[in-house]
Amino acid sequence: MKHLLSAGDLSRDEANLILDTAEEMRSLADRPIKKLPALRGRTVVNLFFEDSTRTRISFEAAAKRLSADVINFSAKGSSVSKGESLKDTALTLQAMGADGVVCRHGSSGAPHLLATSGWMTGAVVNAGDGTHEHPTQALLDAFTMRRHLGSLEGRRVTIVGDVLHSRVARSNVLLLSTLGAEVTVVAPPTLLPVEMRSWPCVTSYDLDAALPKSDAVMMLRVQRERMNDAYFPSAREYTRRYGLDVHRMAQLPDEAIVLHPGPMNRGMEISAEVADSTRSVIVEQVTNGVAIRMAVLYLLLSGSNESNEESNA
Amino acid sequence: MNAYLITGASITGGEVADLLIDNGEIVAVGTGLDVPDGAETIDATGLVALPGLVDLHTHLREPGREDAETVLTGTRAAALGGFTAVFAMANTDPVADTAGVVEQVWRLGRESGYADVYPIGAVTVGRKGTQLAELGAMADSAARVRVFSDDGDCVWDAALMRRALEYVKAFDGTIAQHAQEPRLTQGAQMNEGALSGVLGLTGWPSVAEEAIIARDILLNAHVGSKLHVCHLSTKGSVEIVRAAKKRGYEVTAEVTPHHLLLTEDLAASYNPVFKVNPPLRTKEDVEAVREGLADGTIDIVATDHAPHPVEDKDCEWSAAAFGMTGLETAVSVVQHAMIDTKLMTWADVADRMSYRPAVIGQAGDHGRPLEAGAPANVVLVDPAAERTVVPAESASLSRNTPFGGMTLPGKVVATFLRGTPTVLDGALSR
Amino acid sequence: MNPAQSADQTAAPKRGTRTVLDASDISRALTRIAHEILERNRGADPVVLLGIPTRGVGLAARIAARIAAVEGQSVPTGSLDVTMYRDDIGLKPPRGLEHTDIPAGGIDGKVVVLVDDVLFSGRTIRAALDAIGDIGRPRAVQLAVLVDRGHRELPIRADYVGKNLPTSLVERVTVHLTEYDGVDAVLIADKTTTGVKA
Repeated sequence: MKHLLSAGDLSRDEANLILDTAEEMRSLADRPIKKLPALRGRTVVNLFFEDSTRTRISFEAAAKRLSADVINFSAKGSSVSKGESLKDTALTLQAMGADGVVCRHGSSGAPHLLATSGWMTGAVVNAGDGTHEHPTQALLDAFTMRRHLGSLEGRRVTIVGDVLHSRVARSNVLLLSTLGAEVTVVAPPTLLPVEMRSWPCVTSYDLDAALPKSDAVMMLRVQRERMNDAYFPSAREYTRRYGLDVHRMAQLPDEAIVLHPGPMNRGMEISAEVADSTRSVIVEQVTNGVAIRMAVLYLLLSGSNESNEESNA
Repeated sequence: MNAYLITGASITGGEVADLLIDNGEIVAVGTGLDVPDGAETIDATGLVALPGLVDLHTHLREPGREDAETVLTGTRAAALGGFTAVFAMANTDPVADTAGVVEQVWRLGRESGYADVYPIGAVTVGRKGTQLAELGAMADSAARVRVFSDDGDCVWDAALMRRALEYVKAFDGTIAQHAQEPRLTQGAQMNEGALSGVLGLTGWPSVAEEAIIARDILLNAHVGSKLHVCHLSTKGSVEIVRAAKKRGYEVTAEVTPHHLLLTEDLAASYNPVFKVNPPLRTKEDVEAVREGLADGTIDIVATDHAPHPVEDKDCEWSAAAFGMTGLETAVSVVQHAMIDTKLMTWADVADRMSYRPAVIGQAGDHGRPLEAGAPANVVLVDPAAERTVVPAESASLSRNTPFGGMTLPGKVVATFLRGTPTVLDGALSR
Repeated sequence: MNPAQSADQTAAPKRGTRTVLDASDISRALTRIAHEILERNRGADPVVLLGIPTRGVGLAARIAARIAAVEGQSVPTGSLDVTMYRDDIGLKPPRGLEHTDIPAGGIDGKVVVLVDDVLFSGRTIRAALDAIGDIGRPRAVQLAVLVDRGHRELPIRADYVGKNLPTSLVERVTVHLTEYDGVDAVLIADKTTTGVKA
């Protein structure tokens, strides 16, 4: 594993290695010194072309706990607004000796381009690209589910909301199916891709039918502005048909948990009572995010990259 | 002017004969010809002689984007591709929506000497789709514009499209439509389907093309003008045009070489060299447009040669420009997709890439059969040759060919423009 | 010690391999080490045993059992993974982590006895000392190993040694424990004859 670009690139063994490593990383949170020397002398660049304070600080905490040098490079709007291009940014990072680049970009495929263009040799971690993928989010979601549900083999996970525009949904469907879970995505037809033949999941338009058969339900953020493009008639109607409130939550099996990648639209896709309920593991997801990102950075960056240098020679 | 004796060429893929060119004309076709003193002999054994190719859809970028292409470099690339006439699209800067701009492009073409340049005029002012440009002034100008297009953008307003079709009847003009319903393709990045969903790239649905084509055919039937469909790309579009022609509706259509060969799968690389509008479609669509071209539903091949400077392609997918270069590879791609697959003959290629585009574009003396008395617009193709496409070797100023690294059959050996060789031995002759 | 070094799953001696400690030798050595730990520390009270994965963890558990049998009191026992503290971490492909389990009472003010199977260059123990420093401040750190094969590259020595085993650098020492390998044995092999990479 040289980069982490798509959750679909992970084999089951690789995914489990990351999750197992994250278990060890998570125990660090209980120690007096929350720091490990594994990435001493390595430089990790947080390259964020889009604002995402949550994701950036999660990666920053992860890299720092592993003793890496962290450089935050906020390049919001850079390329599209005809500022510095992605290529020049990459060449700059290469010249600075970045061992790893954590890339958040509004354009689907931008981290893929960084990894394959030859502009730079460091490891690339996709921290969310356009409407494509967000693999570390899926890993932390799987990690959180595993801590509550045990093995995900045969577990039923329902993902609800704006699947069409959700990188979280794409990565989760791929990863969860790799881990053996049965995934159902629920959304109004307008917010599903027009053709989902190749997705390893089933689709449904009916949330109430899916909930009683769910061991975990993941609510996706839905932007109110989608209403203006006629994806749904009104926020109120969306909430009525696809929002998770306490009445709907009561249909879940007893042990089932509720996830949300954040930031939440309370009152839109999830009610405040549900978000704050005992079934909600939303705050825990944030804690687990640091452990997962530590595991990913550790596994990508701690070793020698001799084999890569050889292939580049 | 030199005389040339081309010996042993297969005339449009048929009989083997010699061609004698003198004084800009084809003097004779046959064997044992009476050769004048000083004629240069070109051994064309094994080569196919075709009438000079005509490209109804070329972006020469001048004026405005001379960093991407100029009339001179674009026509050089055209000559190397076997073209003797190219139609220059109107999306320049300033837009070719006045007599002044089309005359400038026309004049630059005459100065280049590598191919005749026929400017296409914009349908609407600034290609903004709100007000008709002065189509009559462009038609009456020295450039004698007969084809009008807002290519790059669709004339989406049905009333405006109707008026444009009606108005150009006065000077026998044609409206070439870039069929793309704008609301259905907002932010569109690639073909909409299973793959666009997986890659997270906004989809460009087939129906956005097909709905406009169907609408325009019906509008044109109502007003009785001339409608040409640019770069048709979907199976549904082929079916609509086929059904329309069967019912006697007037419409002509073109397909690009890249839509005859490449599929959407290439987008999975996120390499913007494969980003084009309309987007690369599915295998099923490729098969349908090949079939449509073979049975005459699609009248012509046009390159949609769209040069872009490196920086507009060396970037993330959504920030990259749409378009691919195509002049220098067109014949090879058509041979690969249509002839080597036995869907068409070289005579069909002459029809789809020379005779018919010349008729649609009203390109003067271009697109005439290789017979005595015709202007000596001739191209010699070696169908047995193979070559690997190297973007850096292109005569175009731009490098955005999607065929880089591919090995394609066929090679243009020589191109004659009114008796003057623009290409000899596969290279520009001057 | 690197688990890969003990990857040889078959206990049956191969050509060029000889058994230097059998099950009863190992048992006696561990019993002696347990007694020495108690003597040196005047009982079990301050002692925390930390095994270094993989086989150090099994050895620590056996020593803990012997201490419990003698003293009638269990000593806190855990495991300490040192992977991320190794000085060769950047030189080898990334490795998965082993489990670190610090007993509930922590290690502050305690006597930590590190337990490993083979003491060789001393680099694993150096990494373990660094790891301990990030967890707490023990009163003292002691080292117990089943085998000391020499060839130290750092100024480190063991407090409790099961057996001193003079070896040459081309030899390879392998510890088998029942819970991991199905048998208790310490084997010595010539790398040049078995073809195992160092």
